[in-house]
Amino acid sequence: MFATALIVFRETLEAALFVGIVAAATRGLPGRAGWLAGGVFAGVIGALALAAGADRVSALAGGIGQDLVNVGILSVALVMLAWHCIWVSTHGKEMSQDAKQLGTSVREGTHAPRTLMIAVALAVLREGAETVLFVAGLATGASGNSQGTLVGASLGLLGGIVLGLMIYFGLSRVKPQRLFVVTNVLILLLAAAIASQLARALAQSGLVDVWSGTLWDTSGVLQTDSPIGILLHALVGYDARPSGLQLAFYLSTLAIISLLTRQMHRHQQRNNAQAHMGSLVRAR
Amino acid sequence: MKFIPTSSKALRIACGLAALCVYTFALAEPEALLIIKNHRFEPTEIKVPAGQRVRLTVHNQDTTPEEFESHKLNREKVVPPGAKVVIYIGPLKQGKYEFWGEYNEATAKGVVVAE
Repeated sequence: MFATALIVFRETLEAALFVGIVAAATRGLPGRAGWLAGGVFAGVIGALALAAGADRVSALAGGIGQDLVNVGILSVALVMLAWHCIWVSTHGKEMSQDAKQLGTSVREGTHAPRTLMIAVALAVLREGAETVLFVAGLATGASGNSQGTLVGASLGLLGGIVLGLMIYFGLSRVKPQRLFVVTNVLILLLAAAIASQLARALAQSGLVDVWSGTLWDTSGVLQTDSPIGILLHALVGYDARPSGLQLAFYLSTLAIISLLTRQMHRHQQRNNAQAHMGSLVRAR
Repeated sequence: MKFIPTSSKALRIACGLAALCVYTFALAEPEALLIIKNHRFEPTEIKVPAGQRVRLTVHNQDTTPEEFESHKLNREKVVPPGAKVVIYIGPLKQGKYEFWGEYNEATAKGVVVAE
């Protein structure tokens, strides 16, 4: 039972942290609760479906079907997070104003949750499918004691949810003016972590065969499966033995998002300046 | 309507060539087979050449799912009951690379030896 709880906890942890961060990042935005619940719900339904078809999926493409599904999920999630980061850089001010005027006039701010909702659904889908498969296998297995399994699974799931709530309430203590900067950095790191996982999935499936050797080994300092290692893996993509491709994906994600963010920001400022000049001219 | 047999012949040759390419490609790459039975890996030690990518097939003959996992190989993949999945590993430096089944860590253990 304890082993089951631990495995389910480990599987749900990543998705739970993800949802917690997204919930904090969209705090005070209109309709957020609905978006979030919809994302989690869609993810759970998807996870059940994916787990039910797991044997068929894994047999696809000569045994790399699962990796292909993962590559698809990770790619879309990566684009969604990148888009969010860039979008927030131009609308961040409006968002923090919205957050301050809780419950008052609704302006823009529906686009961000949409991309994030898809990212949430995908995170729940990916982590959830493995959990469902594992628990269903235990519960229906001949050797299994299904009651213990279900209790263990519930405890593990509860642990994951508690962790998600902890990061959410932790982030909620950050001042609203700073919240979007903090959560945007967290989402940027999540995007880089997903890019690194994408690189690994591409190598594991054999689709890409470059820079697949291990770059360094920090498992002597911090093992990937130690509690802190697991947490850092989920939050910032820590890997004790990354491949060259993983590092390349990680760094280019950080670079590309930062670059586009700055570009958009500059563009926005120029537009604002022009609008300001225009109003001055009109005032004369 | 004469072109149909010709094109189907061309198609057959193309298919044959493609199959040959896939075959030689598969031949060029070292392969290894791992079986999961009674929550144990068989064999528990696989020897693979160092410095080359290896195509590892994992066949789960149990009725429960398993997750092939190895930190040293930097790989993890779920293997549903009855399924055969392919995992590419390496190129590896000489050494021992432990792996295990995450869902049955007590019994499912093994090691890849690159030499």
